Amino acid sequence: MSSLGLLLILAIYLVMLFYIAHWSEKRSHSKWTNNPYIYSFSLAVYCTAWTYYGSIGLAAKSGLDYLPIYLGPIIIIPTWIIILKRIIRISRVNKITSIADFISLRYGNSRSLGALVTLISIFGIVPYIALQLKAISDTFHIVTKTHASSNIFTDNTTYICIALALFASYYGNKYVDASEKRRGIVTAIAIESILKLVFFLIIGIYVTYFVFDGFEDIYTKASVLENFDKKNTIGGLTNGLNWFFLCLISMFAIFILPRQFHTAIVENNQEKHIRTAIWLLPLYLLLFNIFVFPIAWGGNILFETQGLNSDTYSLLIPQHLNNNFLTVIVFLGGFSAAISMIIVSSITLATMLSNNLLIPYGFIGSLENTSQEKNTKRIVLSRKIGIFSLIILAYIIYRVFVLDYTLVSIGLVSFVIIAQLAPAFFGALFWKRGSKKGAVTGIILGFLICFYTLLIPYALGTTNSASTFVQKGPWGIALLKPFQLFGLDYLDPIPQAVFWSLLVNFLSYLAVSVSFSGNYRERNYAEMFVDIDEYITNHENAYVWKGTANISDIEKILERFLGIERTKRALTIFNLKYNIDKDNKIADARFIKFAENLLTGHIGTASAKIVIASVTKEDKISLPEVLRILEESKENIVINKKLTESSNELKKISEQLQIANQELINKDIQKDEFLDTVTHELRTPITAIRAATEILHDDENIPADVRQKFLQNIISESDRLNRLIDKILDLEKFETGKQKIYLSKNNISKTINNTLESLQQLIINKNISVKFEKKSHEIKAFYDEERIIQVLHNLFSNAIKFCADTDGKISVKINEGSEFISVRIHNNGKEIKPEEFEAIFDKFYQARNQNVKKPIGSGLGLAICKKIIEHHKGKIWVESSSGNGTTIIFTLPNYNTTEK
Amino acid sequence: MKKILIVDDEPNIVMSLEYTFKKNNFEVFIARDGQEALDILKNQLPDIIILDVMMPMVDGYSTLEQIKKEPRLEHCKVIFISAKNKEKDIEKGLSLGANLYVTKPFSLKKLVEQAQELIN
Repeated sequence: MSSLGLLLILAIYLVMLFYIAHWSEKRSHSKWTNNPYIYSFSLAVYCTAWTYYGSIGLAAKSGLDYLPIYLGPIIIIPTWIIILKRIIRISRVNKITSIADFISLRYGNSRSLGALVTLISIFGIVPYIALQLKAISDTFHIVTKTHASSNIFTDNTTYICIALALFASYYGNKYVDASEKRRGIVTAIAIESILKLVFFLIIGIYVTYFVFDGFEDIYTKASVLENFDKKNTIGGLTNGLNWFFLCLISMFAIFILPRQFHTAIVENNQEKHIRTAIWLLPLYLLLFNIFVFPIAWGGNILFETQGLNSDTYSLLIPQHLNNNFLTVIVFLGGFSAAISMIIVSSITLATMLSNNLLIPYGFIGSLENTSQEKNTKRIVLSRKIGIFSLIILAYIIYRVFVLDYTLVSIGLVSFVIIAQLAPAFFGALFWKRGSKKGAVTGIILGFLICFYTLLIPYALGTTNSASTFVQKGPWGIALLKPFQLFGLDYLDPIPQAVFWSLLVNFLSYLAVSVSFSGNYRERNYAEMFVDIDEYITNHENAYVWKGTANISDIEKILERFLGIERTKRALTIFNLKYNIDKDNKIADARFIKFAENLLTGHIGTASAKIVIASVTKEDKISLPEVLRILEESKENIVINKKLTESSNELKKISEQLQIANQELINKDIQKDEFLDTVTHELRTPITAIRAATEILHDDENIPADVRQKFLQNIISESDRLNRLIDKILDLEKFETGKQKIYLSKNNISKTINNTLESLQQLIINKNISVKFEKKSHEIKAFYDEERIIQVLHNLFSNAIKFCADTDGKISVKINEGSEFISVRIHNNGKEIKPEEFEAIFDKFYQARNQNVKKPIGSGLGLAICKKIIEHHKGKIWVESSSGNGTTIIFTLPNYNTTEK
Repeated sequence: MKKILIVDDEPNIVMSLEYTFKKNNFEVFIARDGQEALDILKNQLPDIIILDVMMPMVDGYSTLEQIKKEPRLEHCKVIFISAKNKEKDIEKGLSLGANLYVTKPFSLKKLVEQAQELIN
């Protein structure tokens, strides 16, 4: 394939990525860019060109050694659900934007530690970027069948590298606040992760099933090759140890590699996305490894004696079989793997470079005195230049140093260097006593050992192959041989370096931390990091600070970096959160921490502290005092929590009380109404009796027939009075539950007949025709006959009373259901309005209806009926068909289905 | 001869009132609720009305409101009789324009005296 053609394809591919980044940047809140899958796939930035090409090379040369790099992460990822969540929370509340911020903040927001971590990261990662450029360059030359030109200006890969550097610097740093999410880049990275996996699977399937005849075929053909068995067994304890150390550093790498820290923590939008990542990422890694072995050994079989670079088998195989399309596809997959690593790494390194090295050590002074727009421009520009220069620096390193090493070995050196941050990093999460001095000592000693056991020998290997440094040790001292330090001769060079560097690093971190305890600020952050879950909502409370500071001074500083608008908004939010009066002039510890946080995204933790310190006067606090304050604030938080809980409880109780009170008030009103009505009902017959008596008393010459009439009045009104009293007592008995119901088996038709008979005179008087539809068989129900007669008597009396004056009709019907029997009593008198259907069963419901008497007689009859029926577990209700009188229906449990 | 309209839904009370007022030389009209009273008032102009408060259909208060709307009935005196004997009930009755509020039970003799006093 021609160089020009491939360059064109690359250009199209880059434009596509550019477009994806651009598109998703604009839709940063849509579910297409903000979802757990994009997050999980962006974490697969772990798989670089090293995975894509290097694994195959390693598998072809030494069998299973490629696996630990993936096993390590797969083993450790499940712990993310706890550990990663904590790191994310710590980073979120402190606005941490890089691994350097994370470690340096924990050890007392130390400027020097941040710079050290930045330097270590640059040392570890820039060669790693170089490795990616090497992969792009090597594979470009393979695909185009050209050779790398020694003149960098005529080498096409130089221009690819410049294009990449431009792309990364343009898109990687649009925001001055480094803690802002970069949805565009993350989405593009996730898409690339999918593409590189898909392309890798395509070539895997192609080699396994089209070039060969499945896994078995490859195995059969490979097993006759030289050293096959030896390469494909773990090979005893020493190799096991080699494996172990490789697993260990890759476990660390998945946490600490700056690009992993960036994608997993800084770009995390929601904690719950972790839940998807912990299964999707291991699955991704497993899928990536399925075809490594077939491709590697397929290559070994095809190119057995040709001595080709086994790293590039995945390209060579389709090329060998003249499949141009697949060759380009594979190349694009590798290109994706490489550039996603380059972009993310250079972004995060540039942020570290500016926030932890350049600003705190360089131009912080000048930033303090310029306007916000200028500051923003300068910071963004410095990061852009940083990204660009880091990539170009990596390219230079590639051209000068690493031309001859395989991808895997450079990558592993990178891992070992980065792993030096592990003791300080994990110590930050779990050990409150870890101190800055310990962290610095550990990192420096560990790095020096790496330098001695790995970097010097590799550097010598590329420049001076005649040196005896590696074989015999410096000055011929065998104990100092870099690959067999202190006589440790059974580990491979890299595991050996891991062992010594991490051992020394870890022990010195431990020893120095225990011997020299940190200052109060370290202890303060230690508390906030280790107990993050306690401080997650009010972390500003946990910050210990004493001194004098004016809010207005700090406000001025904030405006320099955030602008007036955002500063105002931030202050309002702060005042609201802690319920602080806006006229308050003196800044407290919470405000200092809040202001530092606001600046951290822009200029890093260390510089934020320096800038704030420049306008405040801090008093020194002793360590015991810090511990006391922390203890108090912890107690405060607990007390606050308890207070909130108990105030919530109180609220609940008071709500319940209110409801109960309302009920009581209602009951009281009802009681008053009841009494009112009862007295009214009692007074009415008394009035009639009194009037009649007065007439008889005052007039002795009253005619006999008139006298008879008034005497009759007195008798009937007295009876009425008595009935009323009976009813009130009845009702009272039902309401207080004193009324007993004596259930027995009864014939309902008989009960109805008996009741009708007792009312015969009234029926005849009003000339009413009563129609009672009798059933052919006996219907028996379970009830207290005396009580049901009371109900029927009341209902019939009402029916008679309200029957039409002429041509009055009453009909009675019994229906038998499976569970209930029902009795319907209909009269053709006036209808009852639907809105009164329920109310007529209330005792004296007219009390609520002001002064209009209800249509049905004294207020108590139906209320008592309802009580009686309900005591029988039945129901009573009214039906009114328009123009056709009123029907009252009640039900009683059917004898056949109730307990005997 | 003075005319009186008695409005009450309790037949036994009405009977006593009717007997007593007739004996005291009143021409007596009877209504069993507010609506009936208003119907009678269309054709008759009594000197005094005895009005119960709690009645079916149209209560005493709204009956009085209707009466007060009628200029023809301007000089009609009104006595409420009611078992509702609370301050607020009495106040309400008087504020609507009744001349007297008599609580049940009452003395017939005294009621007649009060009625005659009102008319003269």
